[in-house]
Amino acid sequence: MARRKSGASDKPDVEQLTEFYRRMLLVRRFEERTARAYTEAKIGGYCHLNLGEEATVVGLMDGIEARDYLFVSYRDHGYALLRGMDPGRVMAELYGRSDGVSRGWGGSMHLFDVETRQLGGYGIVGGQLPLATGAALALQYKETDEIVLCQLGDGATNIGAFHEALNIAALWQLPIVFAVVNNALGMGTTVEMSSAEPELYKRGAAYRMASARVDGNDVTAVRDAMREAAAHARSGKGPFLLEATVGRLRGHSVVDPAAYRSAEEVAAVRKADPVLALHAQLQAAGVGDESLAAIEQDVTTVVTKAVEFAESSPKPEVGTLFDYTYASPVPNDTRRRPAEPLFPEVVAK
Amino acid sequence: MDILMPRLSDTMEEGVVASWHAKVGDEVHAGEILVEIETDKALMEHESYQDGVLTEILVPEGGSADIGAPIGRMRVAGEPEQAAATPAGAAEGSAPAQPAAATTPSTPDTAAASAATPAPVAEPAAGADGARVRATPLVRRLARESGVDLGTLTGSGPGGRIIRADLDRAAPAPAAAPAPAAAVPAEQPAAVAVPVTEDDEVTPLGSMRRTIARRLTESARDTPHFYLTRTVDAGPMSELRAQLNAKLVAAERPKVSLNDIVLRAVAVALRQHPEMNSSFAGDQLVTHRRVHVGMAVATPAGLVVPVLRDADTRSLTDIAAAARELAGKARDRKLRPEEMTGSTFSVSNLGMFGVDQFCAVINPPEAGILAVGAVREEAGVVDGALAVVKRMTVTLSVDHRAVDGAQGAEFLRSLAHLLENPWLAVA
Amino acid sequence: MTAPTDVAPAAGTTTMSYRQALHDTLRAELLRDENVLLMGEEIGRFEGSYKITAGLLDEFGPKRVKDTPIAEEGFTGAAVGAAMLGLRPVVEVMTINFSLLALDQIINHAAKIYGMFGGQAKVPLVIRTPGGGGQQLAATHSQNVELFYAFTPGLKVVAPSNPADAKGLLLAAIRDDDPVLFLENLALYNTKGEVPTDDTPIEIGRAAISRPGTDITLIGYSRTARMALEAADRLAAKGFSAEVVDLRSLRPLDRQTVVESVRRTSCAVVVEDDWLTYGIGAEVAASISDGAFDWLDAPVRRVAMAEVPLPYAKSLETAALPAVDDIVVAAEQTLRATGRG
Repeated sequence: MARRKSGASDKPDVEQLTEFYRRMLLVRRFEERTARAYTEAKIGGYCHLNLGEEATVVGLMDGIEARDYLFVSYRDHGYALLRGMDPGRVMAELYGRSDGVSRGWGGSMHLFDVETRQLGGYGIVGGQLPLATGAALALQYKETDEIVLCQLGDGATNIGAFHEALNIAALWQLPIVFAVVNNALGMGTTVEMSSAEPELYKRGAAYRMASARVDGNDVTAVRDAMREAAAHARSGKGPFLLEATVGRLRGHSVVDPAAYRSAEEVAAVRKADPVLALHAQLQAAGVGDESLAAIEQDVTTVVTKAVEFAESSPKPEVGTLFDYTYASPVPNDTRRRPAEPLFPEVVAK
Repeated sequence: MDILMPRLSDTMEEGVVASWHAKVGDEVHAGEILVEIETDKALMEHESYQDGVLTEILVPEGGSADIGAPIGRMRVAGEPEQAAATPAGAAEGSAPAQPAAATTPSTPDTAAASAATPAPVAEPAAGADGARVRATPLVRRLARESGVDLGTLTGSGPGGRIIRADLDRAAPAPAAAPAPAAAVPAEQPAAVAVPVTEDDEVTPLGSMRRTIARRLTESARDTPHFYLTRTVDAGPMSELRAQLNAKLVAAERPKVSLNDIVLRAVAVALRQHPEMNSSFAGDQLVTHRRVHVGMAVATPAGLVVPVLRDADTRSLTDIAAAARELAGKARDRKLRPEEMTGSTFSVSNLGMFGVDQFCAVINPPEAGILAVGAVREEAGVVDGALAVVKRMTVTLSVDHRAVDGAQGAEFLRSLAHLLENPWLAVA
Repeated sequence: MTAPTDVAPAAGTTTMSYRQALHDTLRAELLRDENVLLMGEEIGRFEGSYKITAGLLDEFGPKRVKDTPIAEEGFTGAAVGAAMLGLRPVVEVMTINFSLLALDQIINHAAKIYGMFGGQAKVPLVIRTPGGGGQQLAATHSQNVELFYAFTPGLKVVAPSNPADAKGLLLAAIRDDDPVLFLENLALYNTKGEVPTDDTPIEIGRAAISRPGTDITLIGYSRTARMALEAADRLAAKGFSAEVVDLRSLRPLDRQTVVESVRRTSCAVVVEDDWLTYGIGAEVAASISDGAFDWLDAPVRRVAMAEVPLPYAKSLETAALPAVDDIVVAAEQTLRATGRG
């Protein structure tokens, strides 16, 4: 497939772009608030943000259907919001509270919601690739018209499972789209330092898999590319490899100062900030400052409420510690906390 | 509430009250030292388990009591008032109770279990060093339940371990009379009647002295000793020590002694001659894989033998530091029981008293002990010319049941080589 | 050989091999539930490296019996993903050595998905794989790394030692909603036994007393449980009554049955096909210490593989692997230590 250019032929639909702006701003403000909560020690563990990737996140999510399944990497907050998970429950998961989408068991990297069919963020780089491939196998097996979207970062294209999953997906002609969000950095390592073929979408050729690259800062282009890729997979033509090139506004995670980047690099990424760019585009298209301010206000309210919800959500009860080890009950399933003896009657004597 | 004589050593049966840290009427707090107890091995501090007021001292300083017997009384919060008024507000502001406050110090059956066995043929279950009875967990439980005193049994299991079969063979325990009383005399050293006149001063034996007497009697009686003596050139050893200490002092590190070099050499030689690092155990010989060297230390209260564990794997300076610490603790009676058990060979050095040579009594169940004399200067022949040389004489006592003469001699040859070429022991 | 006594006598039994029991059970489950599918290398056209799946491709077609590329991580992970969407894949990993290539998908994913997402997705997956040395396959093809899986909460690990258990536990594994590692053994495929004709699963997480006895407890699983039975026969000829506990499940581990047995016999020998250090025997011995300390009349002994990469040469391989003789020797030494030897 040809390489897609930013700003495709269609005239921008201002109403649509305004809606995209609202969604992108939601991700932006949510992630900024998340970073703050993390530094306030209200969020633990690792915490990776979608800052700078908003156009891609919104475009990908608008390009698939509600009935499709989604597997994403650990940089998953924005996807969860746009998939339709309640922002309060997403924030509650980051807070490790019982109302979290994964009931406080997963945290930032593991947002999962069976209702909205986001079957996980995955903390192991590329761990979702074989899983998503298998999910696509199940869809093919059940003969549905649903597809799987498997999002991954640029770094994940270098793992062995990337090859195994893409080979199997192509071999079995599975209904799946692999969407590489190429933010040019795997932690601090550039794509050029880690990939012998840095134009990642070209890897599809090894599997005779259709593929394309799109400007990930152009929300409409991403949406269109995603729609085409999804249609391809849905039509039984097999998998599709889509690459979106984006910029990462901050470090790898909240706590990464990104000292390995030059000032010029950072300036370039900031200059291409998709949220600011879309804001300017809307202004140029005649959208009034009051409308844009109202969107800002709405989004801020949503995020504030999400934080309030998370703060008020109860912490999981210690009594639930052994609730999710096994789905099928099983005898002799050792349920003990660290100092508890295996045979209390022997110790008690 | 009664304050009971605590069990503060694995082999003690009774303890002596060395000193009370509180007077009658004093307020005592959980976790504070209440009384010092002299056990058969050491002087141990004992804390109060609860807050309260000491109301009575039943065993005064110098007096002894069996484990579990009351040695004093205290009134704890909630107990009926009996004694004189306590200071107002005594209940407030006291230290928080220790979590282990409810622990009972000991029970009669555990005390009985540590009684020594009568002169055994096989290795006694109590261990010739008076360490804990070796018995399987099953036997311990059954003995506890049936009131059998394990100290009266001889173990036929590996290493003298008491196994269920031994318990089954033993006569059922009498229902009422506890057995331990009968066992106690057997462990007393055979005493010769000593006519006492008014010119003599009689001192009752402390439990430590009693232990020394019993164990060395057992050793002299049951262990066929033979002795090998050898004189070594102590010059290189003295030189090494001088060179090393010059460097150590410059580096502001503690110095090493000649005895430390001897300890290190003994450990290396034991590693080379595992047969010397063994124990005779009835129908089997136990060869110890690890080298734990006991070092005899004279203290005002008597002889103690703290243990340098894994001495063969430790550097000279490490040994020096450990030996210094152990000797200090021994003199202060601060050694913990585990610091005095488990040695596989011992070294006794009387060189500092000017003794040229002597024969030491083996510390059972070890197979040998090295007696080290003083370094002395004498005339000797060096490269065909008369010169002043340094000499040291060491005497190896060997348990002939475990080790034969030639094996002992080979060990001594290796040891002498190491002492005369001490960098080999240090390297 | 003594039949397992814990297995309720079924309405009827048939004599068959361990291999046949596996094959027939897979076939029956494919017929029973259309969500069951088989995946693995060489299971279709080649009929399985060890012929467990012989004839099934012809009968059920390539949708239900899926040959995969040599890509353990890829196809095992795909099976996990398919299970998340409701299929019940039964994966064959040619030998347990190759499962190491799929560790990330098994341990980091299959074992975690139910818990890490708060119980929202189940993973009804079976990974069948044979372990076992003794076939002169050298170091990389002779390992027993079931320990890695038995170590991991979220997984279940079963290790049948006889055809009846192979059937009963495979039925249970396929019908279970959790990922189950089903450990087979090359040396067991041709062994025969009575197999119940009805389809009653054996509950995962329960050990079996496969031979009652009074003097000593011998504990094994998979091949070593069978060896323990042979050792018990030999000990019986010498006048000792050995009780054999067949663990059957390595996770969950039925400590209660082990401990109750040792409380009766006062001594135990654990037999494992893997290395001793940190092995399954260590876990069992520690459990005995936890639950039967006051009943022990001798230290718990372990019979385990020599701690070397398993050599190819037969003389060396034999020397490294635990054998029935080894169990007898360890048992006799233990009995002697209790004064009964």
